[in-house]
Amino acid sequence: MYSKFEKAVIMLSVFISVFLGFQKTAGAMHIMEGFLPPTWAISWGILCLPFIILGVISIKKKVSVSRKNLVLLALCGAFVFVLSALKIPSVTGSCSHPTGVGLGAIIFGPFAMSIISVIVLLFQAVLLAHGGLTTLGANTFSMGIVGPIISFATYKLCKKLGANTGLAVFMAAFLGDLLTYVTTSLQLALAYPTEGSVMVSMVKFSGIFAITQILLAIVEGLITVVVFNIIKQYRKSELEELKVI
Amino acid sequence: MSLLKKNIILLVIAVLIAILPLTLLKDAEFAGADGLAEDAIIQISPDYQPWFDSIIELPSGEIESLLFCIQAIIGSGIIFFILGRMTAEPKKEEKDDN
Repeated sequence: MYSKFEKAVIMLSVFISVFLGFQKTAGAMHIMEGFLPPTWAISWGILCLPFIILGVISIKKKVSVSRKNLVLLALCGAFVFVLSALKIPSVTGSCSHPTGVGLGAIIFGPFAMSIISVIVLLFQAVLLAHGGLTTLGANTFSMGIVGPIISFATYKLCKKLGANTGLAVFMAAFLGDLLTYVTTSLQLALAYPTEGSVMVSMVKFSGIFAITQILLAIVEGLITVVVFNIIKQYRKSELEELKVI
Repeated sequence: MSLLKKNIILLVIAVLIAILPLTLLKDAEFAGADGLAEDAIIQISPDYQPWFDSIIELPSGEIESLLFCIQAIIGSGIIFFILGRMTAEPKKEEKDDN
């Protein structure tokens, strides 16, 4: 399974997060309806468009190759659906959601998950009053674009450095989740600078989002590895064709 | 170690990590975090008014739980259906003796 070194790295990250996490700070998830000023809301939305278009094209290409890819995509989409619905407690005393986009990003590339995220976020904004329509652009950018790009890049980098696939998947899902929330912090800091300073707000919001998220990112990493292991065992040729392994 | 054993170990670790805060922080509220970010925003910009309201107003936290549940069920249903089909053993072909 994991080598001694890999186990040590994972355990270390757990201890660090538990140690850092014992603070009375708040956690959060997506940006709530109406809490991003209109100019920012629109800007983030427009910023998403090219990535979504890239995503649709990328999906079309990969799914047309084989029907099994469509099924895999459905699996990745459902994975996002489930993980976004889970509120997991964190050591900071609040809860937050994992994202679930890591799996799809690793298998289908950095852009495919953008459109999936839009769908999930739309569902949650309209039916659950969670997140928002005005904040759809910003939330899609953090969860559907930055997250998957980081996950994909991390996975490829880890594989290039010779890491075992399991560790690569874990780090990709972990960092993707974490960076999603760092991006959310940045979006809020840009919209609400403290007395003109974006950095001060950034530190404040990161304290809220990012630290809460570390343990959750680990959980997401582990779950992603579990599902990926199964896919690797039973759909090896599809993964090889998609140049994942 | 078999795939199943590996996966179970990973899932157990994940569950333990998720349960950890519940056992260690007895007094925490574990508030559904949206309100906490709202507080931070109000702290920074006290005059800010949200300019848009959610499309629907959920009657209670219970209904919200229901909808999250349904979301998780739909997602899980799809996941396990697909995984079930993927991991199913291929049917053995009947050999024609004649």
